[in-house]
Amino acid sequence: MTTIRLTVNGEQHEAEAEPRMLLSDFLRGPLGLTGTHVGCEHGVCGACTILLDGASVRSCLCLAVQADGCTVETVEALGTPAALSPLQEAFRAHHALQCGFCTPGMLMTATDMLRNHPLTTEEEVREALSGNLCRCTGYQHIVDAVMAVARTRA
Amino acid sequence: MKPPPFDYSRPTSLPEALALLGPDSKVIAGGQSLLPMLNFRLLRPSLLVDIGRIQSLRGLHETPTHLEIGATTSHRTLETHPLVAARFPVLAEAMRHVAHLAIRNRGTIGGSLSHADPAAEHPMLALLLDAQIQAAGPSGKRQIPARKFFQGSLTTALLEDEMVVAVRLPWLRPGTGWGFEEFALRAGDFATACAAALLRAGPDGRITEARLALMGVDETALRVPEAEALLLGSSPSAFGEAARLAQAAVRPATDIRASSGFRRHLVGVLVGRALEAAWGRAREGQA
Repeated sequence: MTTIRLTVNGEQHEAEAEPRMLLSDFLRGPLGLTGTHVGCEHGVCGACTILLDGASVRSCLCLAVQADGCTVETVEALGTPAALSPLQEAFRAHHALQCGFCTPGMLMTATDMLRNHPLTTEEEVREALSGNLCRCTGYQHIVDAVMAVARTRA
Repeated sequence: MKPPPFDYSRPTSLPEALALLGPDSKVIAGGQSLLPMLNFRLLRPSLLVDIGRIQSLRGLHETPTHLEIGATTSHRTLETHPLVAARFPVLAEAMRHVAHLAIRNRGTIGGSLSHADPAAEHPMLALLLDAQIQAAGPSGKRQIPARKFFQGSLTTALLEDEMVVAVRLPWLRPGTGWGFEEFALRAGDFATACAAALLRAGPDGRITEARLALMGVDETALRVPEAEALLLGSSPSAFGEAARLAQAAVRPATDIRASSGFRRHLVGVLVGRALEAAWGRAREGQA
């Protein structure tokens, strides 16, 4: 077992883990942050996307021990049911989720994109979200929601 | 879908890392190829050697003869670095096709070359750009030309106690035009087929340098020397024949993404487009 210390959503955390524990499991298990969802566990579905030192990554393709000393942001950092973030509010307004399984990954991917990339066209938004699978919405409403936030920044 | 148990070491220097390499150890940096294989339990190493925090292995360095790229430099860094955009725009363009942003943020050039997927961008770019791959092991460092590095699907010339530490790209001659054409079912998916070309034009409008590389259509990425020889000294009227030679040079597989025949068809189309694009840029560079 190894002691892992990291900052998650602004708070210091410390917990023990085997070297083989995935960051996704570390967040959900020892840290109890179950907002990050686990789908395919081989980097295809995007449900477990988080921000690691400010950049979006698949938390199923990162060992917890590799994130030792790093800063993590998860979907829990965005907003609360009573005070949704602008992106979450746009997802609600545009019906961009149905079952909600892909939503944390969609939100964190879009957060990285909106912070760091000049998303202007629908094509750019679609390409940005192409690494995140959704089986309910057909994507159109998710694209609409991200476009709505992208437009407010322009 | 959880990795099997292993020990983990995170050395802070290259000599420390090299001392840990052996038949049962695996090097990890970004982990974007290795972790899926561990999650599927296709690999059961006893030790993971994490080189992700060895500072000397990261970043770009210019020399008079080449650009040196540290092994743990991410795809995203190569995609956005001004030096790559200015001197190797074909590499910057290719990086946009490597999986998705979240993968490009963590995946590294050294990892992708060592993994040697026949449908991944880095091996093809290394071949196209005549890269020298620098490997380090117990007896020191050696340069492996890209043409000798890729020996088969997921198989390289690296020995089990060696690791990639850097990639050297010789500078291109001024006026070299490039083309990069990838066909994939979704943005970010592995290539169904891909072609990349470099061309240079002489004052008489003839081709004075020609390089053509393919991926996703054989056991490894490959160059097409027959087509390059045909193009040298010719004019764009030879592009069609070059595309036919490329189609004849590959042995594409049939899988869930495409049939062998469709892949061979794509090779013809993509080679034609890549050559046209490279020629257009070569002529612009000349003007």
